[in-house]
Amino acid sequence: MNGVAWGGIYALIALGYTMVYGVLKLINFAHGEVYMVGAMTGYYAAHWLGVAGAPSLTGLVLTLGASMIACALLAALIERVAYRPLRSAPRLAPLITAIGVSLLLQNLGQIVFGADPKFFPTLIESRNVFEMGGLSVSNVQLTVLGTALALMAGLELVVMRTRFGRAIRAVSFDAPAAALMGVPVDRVILGTFVVGAMLAAAAGVLVGLTNPKIEPLMGVLPGLKAFVAAVLGGIGNIPGAMVGGILLGVIETLVSGYLSSTYRDAIAFVLLIVILLYRPTGLFGVSQTEKV
Amino acid sequence: MTAPLLVVEDLEAGYGAITALRGVGLDVHAGEIVTLIGSNGAGKSTLLRTISGLVRPRCGRIVFAGEEIGGARPDRIVRLGVCHVPEGRRIFANLSVHENLQMGAYVRRNEESKTLERVLALFPRLRERLRQAGGTLSGGEQQMLAIGRALMARPRLLLLDEPSLGLAPRLVEQIFDIVRAINAEGTTVVLVEQNAQQALRIASRAYVLETGSLVLQGAAAELAADPRVRRAYLGEES
Repeated sequence: MNGVAWGGIYALIALGYTMVYGVLKLINFAHGEVYMVGAMTGYYAAHWLGVAGAPSLTGLVLTLGASMIACALLAALIERVAYRPLRSAPRLAPLITAIGVSLLLQNLGQIVFGADPKFFPTLIESRNVFEMGGLSVSNVQLTVLGTALALMAGLELVVMRTRFGRAIRAVSFDAPAAALMGVPVDRVILGTFVVGAMLAAAAGVLVGLTNPKIEPLMGVLPGLKAFVAAVLGGIGNIPGAMVGGILLGVIETLVSGYLSSTYRDAIAFVLLIVILLYRPTGLFGVSQTEKV
Repeated sequence: MTAPLLVVEDLEAGYGAITALRGVGLDVHAGEIVTLIGSNGAGKSTLLRTISGLVRPRCGRIVFAGEEIGGARPDRIVRLGVCHVPEGRRIFANLSVHENLQMGAYVRRNEESKTLERVLALFPRLRERLRQAGGTLSGGEQQMLAIGRALMARPRLLLLDEPSLGLAPRLVEQIFDIVRAINAEGTTVVLVEQNAQQALRIASRAYVLETGSLVLQGAAAELAADPRVRRAYLGEES
């Protein structure tokens, strides 16, 4: 069950990778750091809002909201400053910039938040709601999974049913053609970054509920693993990222349970190598023919 | 005589080190069909792409309905009433036919359903396929969708790039009839075509582009009779 909860968190982060890749063909390596900032701002927000001491659902919702807004602003800033000026540069340039932004945020995080781990406030009193044989389910795990699923359902609704979502899909498929329809492509790209960052921020808060120890380098490994999850599902494919994330969480937990927990972190990357060797388009990917 | 709807003056544009257009000037009056003919690589598509804002002009002016649009963003140009149906149709294959049409109305959300009815009346085939993904349509249907999608923005000026490319002769005929019908309803049309014969048949005036410059211009009927045009573009033996 812990695996499914982690899977939900990976899926939320993976969505940001996959959506940005969809519109820009860019792997936004700074995305893991946005997730870290999500957890950090969640920590501060919970204290400032005074909901840290008394666990309540409102407290959780407020914390989630504050952290999502903060990360939306951060992502908008990153896009404007680091990526938009490189829109017509070769694809390698923004990729290198992404790695630079990632390192910058890791180090800024250590200056601003301090390098020592912090302990995320208890926003939900943990108790087991279900126990059978070896399987136990806590209300925290259910909250994490439930919130993740609700956000993903919300995203699906936005992407499939709204004008903005339609524009995202159109820009992903053919940005110049979308521009000819009058779509302000730059604004849609900005919006995509913002939506992805909000999901990553939520993932940061949710991870604080299950693994309360947070620190400025916490985004590195989950960020990379979520990238693997996005590739697993087929990069650029939104449902693929959701399934890929959950699958990766479950596989990791099974590996650490049945083999050894030392392999927990390695398995994601073994998986990445295997996918790239045998099915580079991922589980849901269709091989795209080059557009002429 | 009233001012032209579109004026292009001394336009130069290109990609990187390549100059695709040199000193091009033309004007299009409201209600006309003007065709641009020329061989592959003459700069016809680049001219349309520059008018619609996909390519930035290096120098020269583009004025639409009294407003300077050279170098403006494509979405602003669409808002002003210029719609470009690009070469190769560029349908959003992953969106349904209905969603493709909705994308066309991106800047004209009011009266979207009324415009949709008008477009579907023009292209009844699309009505049967509204729920299908755009990528599953045949070439002719995709061309209809591409034109219909542009009409959803209720343009005053429609730029059509090779609408007959790769279509069966019967469909080519149909597409040209539709272009004429659209024009009869009051939309001004600039038509880029390799099928010069058909294009000259429905156009009122024509320009001939060669390696980035205008070499001939005049009434379509006159150009169709011009021996140089007949030799170069209408396949007449010399």
